[in-house]
Formats: sequence, C-alpha cells, structure tokens
Amino acid sequence: MPIRTLLFPAVFFILLSFFVTHLSRAQESPYIVTYDHYLEEPGNLEIEYFSTFGTQRGGNNFHAYWAEFEYGVKAWWTTEFYVDGQTTFGDSTLFTGFRWENRLRPLKREHFINPVIYIEYENTSGADKILKEVEGHDVESDYAAPNSVLRKEHDHELETKLLLSSTFKGWNFAENTIVTKNLSPSNPWEFGYAIGASRPLGLKASAKRCSFCPQNFIAGVEMYGGLGDKQSFGLHDTSHYVAPVLAWNLPSDWTLRLSAGFGLNDNSHRFLFRWGVSREITGFGEMVGRLFGGHK
Amino acid sequence: MKTFATAISVSACLLALSVALAKPRESGKQSSGATHNFDPAVYAELQKAPGKARAKQNPLANDPEAAVAGGILFEQHCADCHGEKAGGAKRGPSLRVEQVQNAEPGAIFWLLTNGVVRKGMPVWSKLPEPQRWQLVSFIKSLSASAAKTETEQADPETALAAQSKPQ
Repeated sequence: MPIRTLLFPAVFFILLSFFVTHLSRAQESPYIVTYDHYLEEPGNLEIEYFSTFGTQRGGNNFHAYWAEFEYGVKAWWTTEFYVDGQTTFGDSTLFTGFRWENRLRPLKREHFINPVIYIEYENTSGADKILKEVEGHDVESDYAAPNSVLRKEHDHELETKLLLSSTFKGWNFAENTIVTKNLSPSNPWEFGYAIGASRPLGLKASAKRCSFCPQNFIAGVEMYGGLGDKQSFGLHDTSHYVAPVLAWNLPSDWTLRLSAGFGLNDNSHRFLFRWGVSREITGFGEMVGRLFGGHK
Repeated sequence: MKTFATAISVSACLLALSVALAKPRESGKQSSGATHNFDPAVYAELQKAPGKARAKQNPLANDPEAAVAGGILFEQHCADCHGEKAGGAKRGPSLRVEQVQNAEPGAIFWLLTNGVVRKGMPVWSKLPEPQRWQLVSFIKSLSASAAKTETEQADPETALAAQSKPQ
C-alpha cells in the first residue's frame, strides 16, 4: 500500500512532464527549507520532487522524500500540496502524510523587506522524516525509533510562518519565523527559524542560449533550527543545521537543487544531503479549465 | 487506505478550487475587437511609476547584446503571458503598443520590478537588475510599427476591412 501511494505523485509528475507542452523556464531559488517572498506565477503549476538522506545515531539512516504541487492561484496567493514518504534502511518504507500550504503576499509592491504570510496544515505521522522545517525541541533522537513505533504517533499541525525577504544587488536575504501548534490537546506552541542568503553566479544574462552560463546557477547558504516551545523557549534541547545550497535552472525547463546540511550541535543529525528536481507548467489552470468545459 | 483516500480528496478539492478561480481571471481579460486586445487602462500602471524611478537610465542602453539577451529572457519568462512576439496573449497585454514604447525605460524597469500583483502580473525582482534592464532593452527594441505589421499579417481580413472602411 505505501508504495502504491507514493506512485501516485510520481505517475502524475511523469505524465504531466511528457504530455504538457506549455513548460516555462523557472528562476527558482536554491533554498530547500527557507522561503523567499517570490510566489508561483498565476495559473502555473510547479511539480517538484525532493529527497533527504539523513544519518541517524542510535538508529538506521533514512531516505525521506516528498512531492510538491505548487500552484499560483493569484499573483499574491500560492497554494501547495505535499505528499511525504520515507525509507528507513533496514526497516521499512512508509507513506507519512500530507501537507497543504498557502502563502499570501499582503503588499502590492516591492519593498526593502517583503513580508509573506504562510499558513500550513499538516497531517503526518511521527515517522515523517523530511525535515522540511525544524521547530520546537525536534532533536535527532526523536527519529531513532523503528518505523513501527513512530507511525503510531499522529500529528495534526497548524504551522504559520512570517517570511521576510529582501533582494539587493543580486543577493537575496530571507528570514522565516515559524510558529507551530499541534492541534492535539496539551501540545504547546512551538517555535523555529530559517534564514538564507543566495545570489546568482552571473547577474547579466548571456546573449546565447546555454545550460552552463553562470546566470543559470544560484548559490547560497541556509541555516535552520528550533527555538523551543511556549513552556521552554530557547536553544536548549534544540537542533540546528547549516547547509550550502545550489540551484541549476536549466533552459530545458528543469531546475535541479542540491543541499548538504551539517548538524551544528549534538542534538542534530550529523549530515543531511538533499536534492530536488522541479518543472513548471505554464497555464495549468487554463488547461484544466478547458478540460472541464471552461473558456475556449 | 484511509490516508490515501484523504490525499486524493484534498488533491481533488485543490484542483476544483484552482479551476474555479482560474476561469473568471481568464474571461475577465478578454475584450471585444481584435484578439487579445486589452483595456488601454491596463497601461496606466506605467504612469504610477514614481518620478525617481522614471528618471533612471538604462545602464545597458549602449550594450548591443542587451536586447538580444533580453529577447532570450523574454522568451523564457514573459512570452507565456505576453505572447511570443510580445504582441499580447490571453494573460498579458501587448508590449508593442505606443503606451509601452513611449514609456521611459525607468518606468518599464519599475513595473517589471514591482509587478501589478493585484491584476495578475508577478513581481520580477527575482531577476537580477542587469537582467531586468536587458528585458527593458528588448521591450524598447520593439517598435509600434512592427506591431501594426504583425496585426496585418496575423489577421489580413481585419486589416483589409479597416483599410476599405470609409474615413
């Protein structure tokens, strides 16, 4: 059953990639955890696959993965649906849940600092290991138990973030403040952060079409971690990571992203290697509208 | 199985929501007359550029490759909405019209940077400044007369009817 569940987004992704011709060159940021203030172009669908390989002390290493379907509803509103899964080596493969995220841009114009409001609902099991964000007192030992034990825990979380992002002289600086509430009773509000900086390797575009031109590569670094919860706010019993990141925006409409994350304290996984691939489909909303007899 | 069913249900709901929201936006931008003609008021956004932004000069104005590079950028990021030849499409107005061609380069740069978020145009500040100026160079290289020729080529019957219409 888990394999069949994970096949659904994979098959959907492959079909769309091959049969949809309206693909668009994206200019994606290299961040995997941090968000900048740029939203999906309206009517476009971006399909993404991400993978996280993590080392685990006191347990087995794991490979967690997720598929993202990111749709630009409006120029000021992006909605995203995630499907998560993981394989713990020497243990099992599991479907670990889904997330529905919305990002809303309150201001009409660009400013020195641009805020975006982020609201997400998560329905995941305790076996979810994608580490898309780190919050509260999330520590490495939380992930050491076998999948059969972890999957029994269910998280229904409301996660909010304030995303602040600036672009200056080709650099992007982003800061995310995370506030999460597990909707199950007796769980406190949890806090976390993610910050990032990135810059394209070339600021001017080449007058020739090319795959390896510097402007196609965006390099940066991100740092993320937990800040405790309402009852014990602070850095104790929290985990933190720093990760150099790189995005390669290919002229063939694909974007590849790489990130090598290193744990900064004893509560963190020592190493998280992440990679992702994405493709943007232009006019998806219009295309679906036509399928259902909408505007011709 | 329950989780799988939930995932499918949520996907279907999102899809339905997307379709519902996408349709009014498309139909709202259609206008009478020639294909993909937009309300001229759409170009009024250019007039909202502050004086300081308008006064900015294109630092790549004398770069012979700027318009060529801008053309590639346009194809990659803008053509889906504004049409392959910038003559307008369902989602974005023509950039060959005189309102755009007569606008100051600084005003076009300002619009690219800020978008018209409430009317569907995203901000393009994610492109570095030199690339936005390359786009401005490309847009300014399109002449209004080329647009006229293109319209005649695209729809010769309309052009012929317009010519034979008594003045």
